[in-house]
Amino acid sequence: MAEKLIKPEDLARGISYKHPEKDWRDVPTEMKKGCINYGALPASADYLDLPNVKKWQPMHDDWQLPENWKEIIFEGLKERLKKFRSLQLFMDVCVRCGACADKCHFYIGSGDPKNMPVLRAELLRAVYRSNFTLAGKILGRMAGGRELTKDVIKEWFFYFYQCTECRRCSVFCPYGIDTAEITMMVRELLNLLGLGIDWITTPAANCFRTGNHLGIQPHGFKDSVDFAVDDLEENCGVRVEAPINKKGAEVLVVVPSADYFGDPHYYGFLGYMALFHEIGLDYTFSAFASEGGNFGLFHSNEMMKRLNNKIYAEAKRLGVKWIIGAECGHMWRVLHQYMDTMNGPADFLEEPVSPITGTKFENAKATKMVHICEFTADLIKHNKIKLDPSRNNHWNVTYHDSCNTARGMGLLEEPRYILKNTCNKFHEMPENTIREQTFCCGSGSGIGTDENLEMRMRGGFPRANAVKYVQEKHGVNLLTCICAIDKATLPPLLQYWVPGVEVAAIHELVGNALVMTGENDRSIDLRGDKMGGKEDTEDV
Amino acid sequence: MHVISSLFILALLIGLVFLGVGVLDLQYLFGVIIPYAAITLFLAGVILKVLKWAGAPVPFRIPTTCGQQKSLSFIKADNLEAPHNIWGVLGRMILEVFFFRSLFRNTKTEIKDEKIVYGSDKLLWAAGLAFHYSFLFIFLRHFKFFAEPVPQLMSIMQKLDGFFQIGVPELFLTDIVFIGAVTVLFIRRVVIPQVRYISLPADYFPLYLILGIGGTGICMRYFSKVDIVAIKQLATGLISLNPIVPEGIGIMFFIHFFLVCVLFVYFPFSKLMHFAGVFMSPTRNLINNSRVKRHINPWNPEVKVHTYAEWEDEFREVMKDAGMPLEKE
Repeated sequence: MAEKLIKPEDLARGISYKHPEKDWRDVPTEMKKGCINYGALPASADYLDLPNVKKWQPMHDDWQLPENWKEIIFEGLKERLKKFRSLQLFMDVCVRCGACADKCHFYIGSGDPKNMPVLRAELLRAVYRSNFTLAGKILGRMAGGRELTKDVIKEWFFYFYQCTECRRCSVFCPYGIDTAEITMMVRELLNLLGLGIDWITTPAANCFRTGNHLGIQPHGFKDSVDFAVDDLEENCGVRVEAPINKKGAEVLVVVPSADYFGDPHYYGFLGYMALFHEIGLDYTFSAFASEGGNFGLFHSNEMMKRLNNKIYAEAKRLGVKWIIGAECGHMWRVLHQYMDTMNGPADFLEEPVSPITGTKFENAKATKMVHICEFTADLIKHNKIKLDPSRNNHWNVTYHDSCNTARGMGLLEEPRYILKNTCNKFHEMPENTIREQTFCCGSGSGIGTDENLEMRMRGGFPRANAVKYVQEKHGVNLLTCICAIDKATLPPLLQYWVPGVEVAAIHELVGNALVMTGENDRSIDLRGDKMGGKEDTEDV
Repeated sequence: MHVISSLFILALLIGLVFLGVGVLDLQYLFGVIIPYAAITLFLAGVILKVLKWAGAPVPFRIPTTCGQQKSLSFIKADNLEAPHNIWGVLGRMILEVFFFRSLFRNTKTEIKDEKIVYGSDKLLWAAGLAFHYSFLFIFLRHFKFFAEPVPQLMSIMQKLDGFFQIGVPELFLTDIVFIGAVTVLFIRRVVIPQVRYISLPADYFPLYLILGIGGTGICMRYFSKVDIVAIKQLATGLISLNPIVPEGIGIMFFIHFFLVCVLFVYFPFSKLMHFAGVFMSPTRNLINNSRVKRHINPWNPEVKVHTYAEWEDEFREVMKDAGMPLEKE
């Protein structure tokens, strides 16, 4: 795969924002290699009882659509128009002003006009007009309509899996039209025809069965956690407890599965464990709720609910008081905006109060789930932990806002507050690329696959471009973030565009800087590399 | 192509007035029946559309947060960009509706020397704002035709508008701003490649229609004089539901009036409904408090879940071997 990938300089030079003269409705879509994701494995789709399961790949000519595929789409669309005001409204009010056009990372990185958010939405809107509006029914094409054909279905598949549901366009839209909503709806429709992608369906099936996307069984989960405990002891000289499925613990901690299985997520996981040990938090992990992430979000609202269900169920079974959710972007979109609505009310839990500082987390009083950055920032503010930021002096840090925590939650300052207290060298990327205007990694919403690598490099170009700016200007060598998909997909992205910049969890820096009771000389960081600025830590 | 086809429709509409009023002498149709029908369709259409939107529930609380959430006491929350109470939402909506807050963010993305650069781009915001406000001002100014005596507010507005006292009758500033802004909106639609590519006849047509209305209006005021007294008689007659069509109203007025009627009828069936939709957008008008207060989804579906008991049944042996706690031994 890698040797075939277009070179970064060729990719950047090849991007053109000139568009064909031909009406977009007459431009056929090519299933371009490197820009599509493989179809769902039948076994995974079957496990989830999905409709119209088949062995199928998007590169094939025949997509084996069920006989009544048109009816399925029309019925499905009709149903969703009635169920979602967002969809109905977003179909009707777009004025095509073009403000969103160059706000999408996929458009910026590909120059493909159908990646402009407005045109991505028009792919659905055109079919909507022809079949659900009076003007469209009478005037057809003249009214911006379009007949629903098998090629339209293919085009939907291509472009709605080229949207990462990052919501950047919705920040700029004068009516708040959110392409993520439209993408979610079209993906639901495609799933009705059995046209899911494997990178979403298989993790969802795994999660449904074992409790996590990676399909790690409970004993494997325990092995990972035990291994991490050993690792942490080796690095810090402190042996921590990391209880699993412990009934009666005060707090249930839910992490994305990549935290205990992926790199560099894992160092952040070590950081959480070190922190919880140092403050003496009475907590437990769960092997059943061993996934905070939710690939159901990228599949359908029902699937999201099915996968999310286990968090409250497990909190109830274990009898905890409240829940901490670890670093993960889309996981927090679900926890913040969907969980309580879907699987609440969580009336069997208590309003979260930090046992260390006494702070009431009133912003989570119904959902009873606190973001770990909120929790840690509060500890720091109350001087409950001792931090030595010079231990991160080998890092020159910048921070990437994850789309979902930024635009789906408004969690902007908490991680920055933590960073300011855990490292000495911190530089922001340009303002058009951070906070609510942050750029996606280009691989979110379940499309971070190897087969989709070229499109990921294109979509990640704006993010990488901003990292390169601070690398050149300030010598930044570490991009921190609080999203598991970021941590998995930014390293190859930066390797491609900005070699020399690593990726890390916020809590990796917390773990490094944390002064622990009974610790060793801390000569190595959580990665096992030489700790930076050791000479400055004499006073510890 | 779309640029021409929609212009053709405007020409057709104007031709219709020449035929109807100029040739067939259907003053009553164009002066009374069509206007009444248009306003009825407008009201009914808008109400039905809004009811249709309102009839679809908002199952999830999905505001797009554009600022800091309210969380810890020492972190300043941004109530306007990520509202945490109703006042924040009100403020956000006021900024959006009256000042086009989101458009104000607009940037322009370019690639230079293999690098992406962002520039400020406020043209769309400025032209959009100028267009909407001048349109509103002109619309309100028209009430002088419907009211007798003319309310003082109208006279003040008119004085303000003609402040520079250029020409006789004095030139209205809003007329210039209006025509200028619509022209800018039209030109950017044709000139900017991305915007041209996405534009439909439904995007050009309203611009033509509005330019047609503005053009005929300006024409009547400054160039081809019409009988204002007769027009006012028609207008007051219409509004008091006692319509009469006085003699001697010029054709220019009928074109103007008919295009306004077309605009009214066109409204509920088109993108112009954004004027009502902007108030109902769930990414803007919801409080970002989904963790504070449970939001109810009226159709919250029953779904098949995987229970802990089923899970433990499948993995009991391996868990036992690993020494993990179990519910059932």
